[in-house]
Amino acid sequence: MTKKYNKVLILGSGALKIGEAGEFDYSGSQALKALKEEGITTVLINPNIATVQTSEEFADKIYFLPVTPQYVERVIDKERPDGILLSFGGQTALNCGVELYQSGVLEKYNVEVLGTQVDVIMNTEDRELFNNKLDEINVKTIKSEAVESLDAAVVAAEKVGYPVIVRAAYALGGLGSGFCDNEQELRALVEKALSFAPQVLVEKSLKGWKEIEYEVVRDKYNNCITVCNMENFDPLGIHTGESIVVAPSQTLSNDDYHYLRELAIKIIRHLGIVGECNIQYAFDPKSMDYRVIEVNARLSRSSALASKATGYPLAFVAAKLGLGYGLFDLKNSVTKVTSAFFEPALDYIVCKIPRWDLGKFHGVKREIGSSMKSVGEVMSIGRTFEEVIQKGLRMIGQGKHGFIENQPLRIDDLDKALREPTDRRIFAIETAFRRGYSVDQIHELTKIDKWFLHKLENLYNTAVALEQCESINEIPSELLLLAKQQGFSDFQIAKAVLKTDMDSGDDANLDVRRRRKELGITPVVKQIDTLGAEYPAMTNYLYMTYNGSSHDISYENDKRSIVVLGSGAYRIGSSVEFDWCSVNALLTVKKEGYRSVMINYNPETVSTDYDMCDRLYFDELTFERVMDILDLEQPHGTILSTGGQIPNNLAMRLDAQGVNILGTSARSIDNAEDRHKFSAMLDELGIDQPAWRELTSLDDIHDFVAEVGYPVLVRPSYVLSGAAMNICSNDEELERFLQLAANVSKTHPVVVSSFIQNAKEIEWDCVAQNGEIKLYAISEHIEFAGVHSGDATIQFPPQKLYVETIRRIKKISSKIAKALNISGPFNIQYLAKNNDIKVIECNLRASRSFPFVSKVLKINFIDLATKVMLGIPVEKPSKSAFDLDYVGIKASQFSFSRLQGADPVLGVDMSSTGEVGCIGDSSSEALLKSMLSVGQRVPQKGILLSTGTAKMKADMLDSAIKLHKKGYQLYATGGTHQYLNDNGVPAIRAYWPSEPDRTPQCVDLLHDHLVDLVVNIPKNLTSTELTNGYKIRRAAVDLNVPLITNARLAAAFIDAFCDLTIDDMEIKSWDEY
Amino acid sequence: MVFSTKGSQQINFIQFVHMRETRKAVLILEDGTQFEGFSFGATKPCAGEVVFNTAMTAYPESLTDPSYLGQILVSTYPIIGNYGVPPRTMRDGMNDFLESDKIHPQAIICQDYSWDYSHWNAASSLAEWLVEENVVGVYGIDTRALTKLLREKGSMLGKIIVEGSGEIEFYDPNAENLVAQASCDEVIEYGKGNAKRVVLVDCGVKNNIIRCLVNRGAHVIRVPWDYDFTTIDYDGLFIANGPGNPDFAEATVENIKKALEGDKPICGICMGNQLLSKAAGARVYKLKYGHRSHNQPVMEVGTTRCFITSQNHGFAVDTTTLSPEWEPLFINMNDGTNEGIRHKTKPFFSTQFHPEACGGPTDTEFVFDKFMDSINK
Repeated sequence: MTKKYNKVLILGSGALKIGEAGEFDYSGSQALKALKEEGITTVLINPNIATVQTSEEFADKIYFLPVTPQYVERVIDKERPDGILLSFGGQTALNCGVELYQSGVLEKYNVEVLGTQVDVIMNTEDRELFNNKLDEINVKTIKSEAVESLDAAVVAAEKVGYPVIVRAAYALGGLGSGFCDNEQELRALVEKALSFAPQVLVEKSLKGWKEIEYEVVRDKYNNCITVCNMENFDPLGIHTGESIVVAPSQTLSNDDYHYLRELAIKIIRHLGIVGECNIQYAFDPKSMDYRVIEVNARLSRSSALASKATGYPLAFVAAKLGLGYGLFDLKNSVTKVTSAFFEPALDYIVCKIPRWDLGKFHGVKREIGSSMKSVGEVMSIGRTFEEVIQKGLRMIGQGKHGFIENQPLRIDDLDKALREPTDRRIFAIETAFRRGYSVDQIHELTKIDKWFLHKLENLYNTAVALEQCESINEIPSELLLLAKQQGFSDFQIAKAVLKTDMDSGDDANLDVRRRRKELGITPVVKQIDTLGAEYPAMTNYLYMTYNGSSHDISYENDKRSIVVLGSGAYRIGSSVEFDWCSVNALLTVKKEGYRSVMINYNPETVSTDYDMCDRLYFDELTFERVMDILDLEQPHGTILSTGGQIPNNLAMRLDAQGVNILGTSARSIDNAEDRHKFSAMLDELGIDQPAWRELTSLDDIHDFVAEVGYPVLVRPSYVLSGAAMNICSNDEELERFLQLAANVSKTHPVVVSSFIQNAKEIEWDCVAQNGEIKLYAISEHIEFAGVHSGDATIQFPPQKLYVETIRRIKKISSKIAKALNISGPFNIQYLAKNNDIKVIECNLRASRSFPFVSKVLKINFIDLATKVMLGIPVEKPSKSAFDLDYVGIKASQFSFSRLQGADPVLGVDMSSTGEVGCIGDSSSEALLKSMLSVGQRVPQKGILLSTGTAKMKADMLDSAIKLHKKGYQLYATGGTHQYLNDNGVPAIRAYWPSEPDRTPQCVDLLHDHLVDLVVNIPKNLTSTELTNGYKIRRAAVDLNVPLITNARLAAAFIDAFCDLTIDDMEIKSWDEY
Repeated sequence: MVFSTKGSQQINFIQFVHMRETRKAVLILEDGTQFEGFSFGATKPCAGEVVFNTAMTAYPESLTDPSYLGQILVSTYPIIGNYGVPPRTMRDGMNDFLESDKIHPQAIICQDYSWDYSHWNAASSLAEWLVEENVVGVYGIDTRALTKLLREKGSMLGKIIVEGSGEIEFYDPNAENLVAQASCDEVIEYGKGNAKRVVLVDCGVKNNIIRCLVNRGAHVIRVPWDYDFTTIDYDGLFIANGPGNPDFAEATVENIKKALEGDKPICGICMGNQLLSKAAGARVYKLKYGHRSHNQPVMEVGTTRCFITSQNHGFAVDTTTLSPEWEPLFINMNDGTNEGIRHKTKPFFSTQFHPEACGGPTDTEFVFDKFMDSINK
């Protein structure tokens, strides 16, 4: 290291969104650890309050502010750091850094960019600069030739080489595009294309090519290593974030592997990257031809995966290299004795599978392709491909038991399902085997390498063998072992053997478990050590496999282990907040002198960092695997309440096996989870709840509605159509929705509850010990009930609740805590109208808002809850929310722009992918910061209003007046225009898409950039309302115009930006509040 | 019970369960430890020194590397056979894609064997090739557990008994002159039109060393290990890699000593490094379990230059015993062992690692450039 830095600024990535998720909490946390080790003061800007990196243990100064040039400059002005790290906060941080560099801010304040320099970043970000740069060293990139005549097209095709893809320029929807294998085909296609487009793009067709990635590291001394390579199971054309990926590559020969490795090093040296980067290649399956797809000159989703896949801490090392170290200065953090200048040797295989939540959105297509739609991912580790693919398909948590023995899919056109990739294609492959397709046929349709398909065929063959057994005891032990080595779960085996005779999945599961234990078929624990067992590992980064004969570690059996179950794949409704909870539980367990043990399989998390706990099992959170681990660990106890719903759901089954669940008992958890039991308990306690009933026929539903009146909330049980909860306001909506949501029947009952309009929704987050409340936080939704609590904007402490309401909520919560004898974290959601309080839901686990309230109140709820669960007596903290002279606001991040076609309207089902939490001296200040953090912008020109029902219009009137006074041009659709006019607010009438003959059209206003904020509030769910509103909302999302669809939130946001400017706000770090 | 596959044939149970033609096979180590697996190669017993390699690719290259002569090769990477085996075509007296003309180890052991391979350049499966060359292959063995055992106890002798193929005694290849076995019997020339004459002492040479020299303008004269090359006219001397204990190659060392008296460039790789060191007065010792991998970090002494290298050796040079005209050139960054030496004044140097790669990283191919540059000077 040549220079000493005193203070370094790190930019975070903000809210989790599609394409930029938990991996940057992991990389940022690693960078912070690396700097801390050097004694450097760290300043972090990241509004994502639920992250682990925004904890006092990680950074010295934390700013919960938008990662935008304006705010970052003000922090720089205040903090005066001497260095800045741009590559640990995804594209958000990188873009912000580039802007700060270009505007001269970094130079002005003399802030040095550590690691890869900004001009290098720009060379990788700009397609043309990038291609030129790689041309300099004769490295092939993907290029298209623009031609305007047939002859020129022929020349271009010769140049790029057949097959080629031809695209007509300026044509929408791929009109005139196609593949050509030879000149004859090319002539025919180009002739046609030129008839309606002036220009044609000719590009080498890479259809069916392999997609291969390398993670490359370089230090300032020009030393390079490739830490890992990865191979996509899906061929080129599917975004790597949407692909199933394995590491290391499986189908590359030594020549292939090292050819691409050598190129990667040549490229990183030529570009001049210092730190880490990711290189993606397209690789011809029939030769050694290649194209460089792109280079990410920063830590990425792939680099996080590579770190977890290999045990090589890429982000940590990259941060050290940024400070000027050479790779030879650093040690391998697993062996502690060997050098960090090395390339990990894996003696296992990992498989990453994306987690999609497409069923949560209305209107979105299931096809996957070049843009990312997945919201999370899992990584499975094993010693055969069969084992990892099956583990992984269970981990994604979409009701699958592995590759095979699932509920059969309904596939009408199998060839299409194979040819056109969707989130479910791998299951179509299983169907294809069932229908007698050969590997060759499937390869022809999918272009997936036959190596992978043969492995999948092995699974099919084993399943067929199992299906021929007549009882579980009759399965030959060799076959049972083979099935386990191929990753079959006990359940899959039971299902294959028993088929439809299976009364209870649980019992059959246990039967297989018993049988294989009798036969001595149990998994072994293996360690990830980066060097293929060549050197001993000093860390306990573990996985379980049936492909092995002995354990890598020995167990103490001292009853000092505490096992914490993690939260699994990030998905809508469960993400980084539960990782924060899990990590904090681990920290407290360790602090209290126990051995901390983690089970989790999400490569984007901090909890799966092997230095966060004493033993990390990177493995499944299924009943079977958790029991396997508990059998070995023989822990003092197991914590289920900090990892969200996945561990919580295991409570009863683990309890039945005699597992010591720490904290609240499994019976209590069941009493809260089971709708009927919970409701009966509330009745007994005299606690009010919205009227509800579980119904099995349409007539019953109508009868119930007649009783409680519209609107009602309808919740179908799990159905294949993917339709979720909805509010229905009239018979038409109810019937339409029930049709959509499939067959109501005895086995598929529907829960209907009365829906209370214009009610406040209130969150109660709490820690109790032996039924007595020790610590609580009450927060208030800005939106009225009806917006899912995960999508709502939440303020804490509450600003507009009656004291009476608060008192009542406390009282009810105490009763519930006592009745369920809660010990540990829990959350209750309340409805409040006037002072009438109703309980909507109660979860006996940490909730999504725990990190938010912990950080705003500055008391760690999980630390306290963990102590409670460990049986340590705790005092009630003396501080309460009433002492706070500031406000925290949590706002939601939506990723609709990534989800083509999805209706960006909010409802009772959650659709946000992330959140931020900002603190301000006033509610308006906190709201403004948090809204700007989730991508809203203060409008400069015009605002388009269509503000829903009469009540909503009235609610919005004051805001409209404010906007007018501020000088904004208002546009409004019919009813809203009339209303504003009647109330003396000038606005220009704009027309709905259903009034195509009139101008100005709403959508045109967006296209013409006359409007830079859209407030569009649907009245109800009638079809025209949705179609009209949908088109406007979708246009706003597609044209990147800020959109708000809730009246109360819109009013609050408008108030905030009319009353305050960014310059008015004081820049304060977390500890300054 | 009766099983039937898609084709409805009834077959041996093990074969049915594994869906392939296979037999049980057991690896027995000299300390008595046994590992059970299944055969995918020749049906015969075999014995040798059990060594592990942590490379994740390159089983065709490793199997044809003469340095593995007499050894039972354990792959720590669990899945082997994925991309089949390239065609065994020859050009200019050399195999196009392999490192020699045949498989040298006694056996290969892995966790999981891919019966179905996939690669455009594959001509057959690994199993077919092993059977063709009468070499044993075993899968279904916990190669990580086996490797840990070898790491802790050091390399061991072992034997493999394939069900129904008879018994065999342990065999210690290090007690024999393996260099003599791996070396060619007569002088062979490559790149005949090229201007610079390079004598290549064949201790068990890998083809890619020859390719690297020929491609750089060398007329390679490959001579047997004990051939007195000082009798022929040459511009540079190259001492190749090879198997086993370097102490058996005294004849080579004596010839090298003669060459050291002159000024013509000398380069050595692996065994070549050890023999050159011995000629320079140094002692060579056996490592506990050797370096066999594609990820060995080495540093050029006195610089900040580091390289990832491919290695395959069980012996190392004790540089403290080098005579004073010599100095270390590279060291291993993991365990500090010697990775190459050089003469302080003359153009003599060598590497313990394999700059010719095949398999492994190609970072150090510049070694050949340096050698040819010193010839061309």
